Amino acid sequence: MTAIQLKLNGRVESVDVEPWVSLLDLLRERLQLMGTKKGCDQGACGACTVLADGRRINACLALAVSYDGSEITTIEGVTHPLQEAFIRHDGFQCGYCTPGQICSALGMLAEYRAGMPSVVTEGDELVAGEPTEAEIRERMSGNLCRCGAYNGIVAAIRDVAGADAR
Amino acid sequence: MRPFAYVKPLDVEAAVLAAAAPGAKFLGGGTNLVDLMREGIEQPDTVVDVTGLPLDTIEELPGGGLRIGALVRNSALAADRRVRTGYRMLSQALLSGASGQLRNMATVGGNLLQRTRCPYFYDAAGACNKRDPGSGCDALEGFHRGCAILGVSDSCIATHPSDMCVALAALDAAVEVRGTGGTRRIPLANLHRLPGDTPHIETTLTPGELITAVELPAPLTARSRYRKVRDRASYAFALVSVAAALQVDDQTVTQVRLALGGVGAKPWRAREAERMLLGGPADEAAYRRAAEAELAAATVRRGNAFKVTLATSTIVATLRELNMEEAPQ
Repeated sequence: MTAIQLKLNGRVESVDVEPWVSLLDLLRERLQLMGTKKGCDQGACGACTVLADGRRINACLALAVSYDGSEITTIEGVTHPLQEAFIRHDGFQCGYCTPGQICSALGMLAEYRAGMPSVVTEGDELVAGEPTEAEIRERMSGNLCRCGAYNGIVAAIRDVAGADAR
Repeated sequence: MRPFAYVKPLDVEAAVLAAAAPGAKFLGGGTNLVDLMREGIEQPDTVVDVTGLPLDTIEELPGGGLRIGALVRNSALAADRRVRTGYRMLSQALLSGASGQLRNMATVGGNLLQRTRCPYFYDAAGACNKRDPGSGCDALEGFHRGCAILGVSDSCIATHPSDMCVALAALDAAVEVRGTGGTRRIPLANLHRLPGDTPHIETTLTPGELITAVELPAPLTARSRYRKVRDRASYAFALVSVAAALQVDDQTVTQVRLALGGVGAKPWRAREAERMLLGGPADEAAYRRAAEAELAAATVRRGNAFKVTLATSTIVATLRELNMEEAPQ
């Protein structure tokens, strides 16, 4: 067992954890934070997306011990207009992928605002402000929705991205 | 996951020392190793977490090149201003790979050492000489649509999955490694081994050696580009990819670099095609002849024969685009 400390949704948590426990299993099984979902458990679906020190990651491929000292934000720690926008635009059906979609979108928008390019970014500079639909689709490709609510998801993100940019 | 001991050293010396123990594995971003450990394909006794090492900076070299620390995250490298302007094919290759989340986790060192995505490598019920030496290769007569056609052997037709490495091959990158015996530099072209009859031995690193940096020579004057062809628009491994740089003066090719992904047992530098193109005309017929010459060495199977045509067409298209970009009509 290794003693680690996380700043989890703003609260400091000290836990003892075996080195083979993933951050996802730590959150769900030990800390009872069930919002972060286990989909594929192999980094292919994005349902387990959380923010680690502000950057989106797949919690299923993260060993919890490796994130000792990090600041982790899960869906339980998110209060953002994007959540309302997902409801407004029907950005889900069953809802299983939604926590990961929302955490991923928040990380994605931060990346966009920081000027990080995607493979569809033309030229050297991002257009300031709102990401295009093509940018959103490319940047969100690590989050699968098997209900196929993609149009609603993109609309919700565009809605909020525009507001954020103003 | 099989239990293991875990250490997180804070300097390179200690990391190399810890990795000298038998059954030790370095852990970077974990995007490949954690997955393989969960599947039981990798079963280290000790995991040496290197993410605490001070190897996460990108520095300019005196000759105009870049020194990229092995722990720089893929997303940070792709977004670096110097990489985007001086090594566009590298930034594009990185951004073509994986997803936003995975690029935030994955390190440069880990990307260099990522293992194949051949389905039989992941399937413990199947035969795979890479996973279980001597067991055979179910891909030869099985589902091998994604498998390699260049540099393959009768033992293994697995594809090297990296996008980043394809650009690094074209750019003549070098890898700096540290072992208990000191530091050495390996040209990227010599880092990965062809499978031969020992496909389980994938690199020329000795056990316990740690990749500490990747060095890029000064930027090419030629414009460059990375083009990836895959089954989905995003977040899929390459069927074929092309990293290319092309400079044309007076309708003549004066500088060219070409490397291929998705088709090689290792990141594939297309030296035969480069040799044919350099000094020749910059036209479609010449591009096609060069591509066909490179692909002449292909060993295809029923399910992946299409890659010869796809690779040829993608090379031609990428060179055409670069030439048009350079001299707009």
